[in-house]
Amino acid sequence: MAKKEYAFYPGCSSQKGASASNYLTSVNAMCETLDIKLTEIPDWNCCGASIGYAEGGELPRHVMNARNFALAEDNLPGQQIVATCAACWLGARETKERLDASSQLMADTNEALKEAGLNYKGGADVRHMVEVLIEDFGYDELKKPVVKSLEGIKFAGYVGCQTNRPFGIDGESFENPVYLDKLVEMVGGEAIAAYDQKVTCCGGALAFSEPEKSQKQIKDIVESAYDHGAEMIVTPCPLCQANVEIYQSDVNKRYGTKFNIPVLYYSQLMTVAYGGSAKQAGLDGQLIKASKLEQIASKK
Amino acid sequence: MSDANTQAVEKYRNNFLKEVSERVEEGDWVKMCMQCGVCSGSCPLGSAWAHPPQEIFMMIRAGKREEVLTSDSMWMCTSCYNCIVRCPRKLPITHIMHGLANYAHRLGLAPKNQPTRVLGTLFWNNAIQNGRINELKFSLALYFKDGFSQGIKNALAMKDAGLGLLKAKRLNPFEIFGGHGCKGKKGIHAMLKKAQEIEARRKNFTA
Ligand code: SF4
Ligand code: SF4
Repeated sequence: MAKKEYAFYPGCSSQKGASASNYLTSVNAMCETLDIKLTEIPDWNCCGASIGYAEGGELPRHVMNARNFALAEDNLPGQQIVATCAACWLGARETKERLDASSQLMADTNEALKEAGLNYKGGADVRHMVEVLIEDFGYDELKKPVVKSLEGIKFAGYVGCQTNRPFGIDGESFENPVYLDKLVEMVGGEAIAAYDQKVTCCGGALAFSEPEKSQKQIKDIVESAYDHGAEMIVTPCPLCQANVEIYQSDVNKRYGTKFNIPVLYYSQLMTVAYGGSAKQAGLDGQLIKASKLEQIASKK
Repeated sequence: MSDANTQAVEKYRNNFLKEVSERVEEGDWVKMCMQCGVCSGSCPLGSAWAHPPQEIFMMIRAGKREEVLTSDSMWMCTSCYNCIVRCPRKLPITHIMHGLANYAHRLGLAPKNQPTRVLGTLFWNNAIQNGRINELKFSLALYFKDGFSQGIKNALAMKDAGLGLLKAKRLNPFEIFGGHGCKGKKGIHAMLKKAQEIEARRKNFTA
């Protein structure tokens, strides 16, 4: 039996052929090493993401998340729900807290769920993968399987917004969370403590609708990483990863910069440190190649 | 004026704060704002807002209904939650901004071609059609929202990123033929229809 089991909510961007599919690849490898069993919630649906409010409104959004909860309760009783995507986690956890706080909302939600043949009883907690790693395992435990050090690579730990606010990781400050830096150090990398853009917003979904404005955000995030001598950026959030990696070429065009910095997930770092191959770490999914990490991964 | 808007104007007369309290997500919190300005100062795109959050709250209390609901300010919210964690009065500002945007959209008052409004609508419709987001169709719908030739231009502008994603297997061209979705999508549609009915009932929406 696996050490720990969770009901897994991968979210749309982690699906095969979607923008964060390489994140999922590395999470799977990382969890295998740690003996974590993630069982996908059968037939889970989109959480509505942060932008769903515009058309979806209040109750429909909560109902979407509650459907996933009900499916988890029915199919994976007793297991906590774990999400890897920051926005999925935030949206789902928000719904959970609102439903817990209002019996009216709970009743309305169940009235709607009934149409889909479901009922939500208000059970399982909703947690982020990073939360699970840090709280259920702890740095010492996570360090044990490390067989390769990421020594010699300087990482700017970019935490971003939604893994950090409004819930964040227990015990961390909103203004200067340090868990990501600790994870970097745990795998032997050098964390840039003075990275002043670590909680700056990447523009979120507005990267599509307000490109000029959000690219200013992205420019600041990347520029500060360079200024502090970072060779790579690491993040826990799929949208941060996508925005900061994909739009670097646009930022270069707009601002005449020459940015070309790899943007990785914590789980990719851990997979490589745990002895996984570049493929297992999803490094083939990078638009900006993380060559130094690939080299470490290919070392025997 | 849309029916829904006429009905709202008649129902609430000049009490916009009451209207917001009753109909906007988390709107009853607006009266708790003490106008310190921390939210506006914390907002990443704040300089782009004609009326940053603090000002929006002041305008709601001053009954500036038309100005608030037709503003494109709250559509600039990136959902970063910076305001929420810093507000000394613990107002759920992000949700109020989302709620105001949604309400303005529902009444037909939100600026018509506001890009985030268009994006949000495309996103939600894409998500609920099959239960999950189809990223390819979503990007294409977004590029082609202003017609075919603009769409080609937009797609070409994003060509490098698009090809990069294809090569990295983070964009699947076959999604155009369907792609990911939920088996229970019929149930999802029924449940959402019910949710909309309940929401309309709770908030006394007519149209
Ligand atoms: S931070 Fe809070 S109390 Fe201060 S102006 Fe903003 S909403 Fe009002
Ligand atoms: S959540 Fe929205 S309103 Fe609040 S600081 Fe961020 S962008 Fe501004």
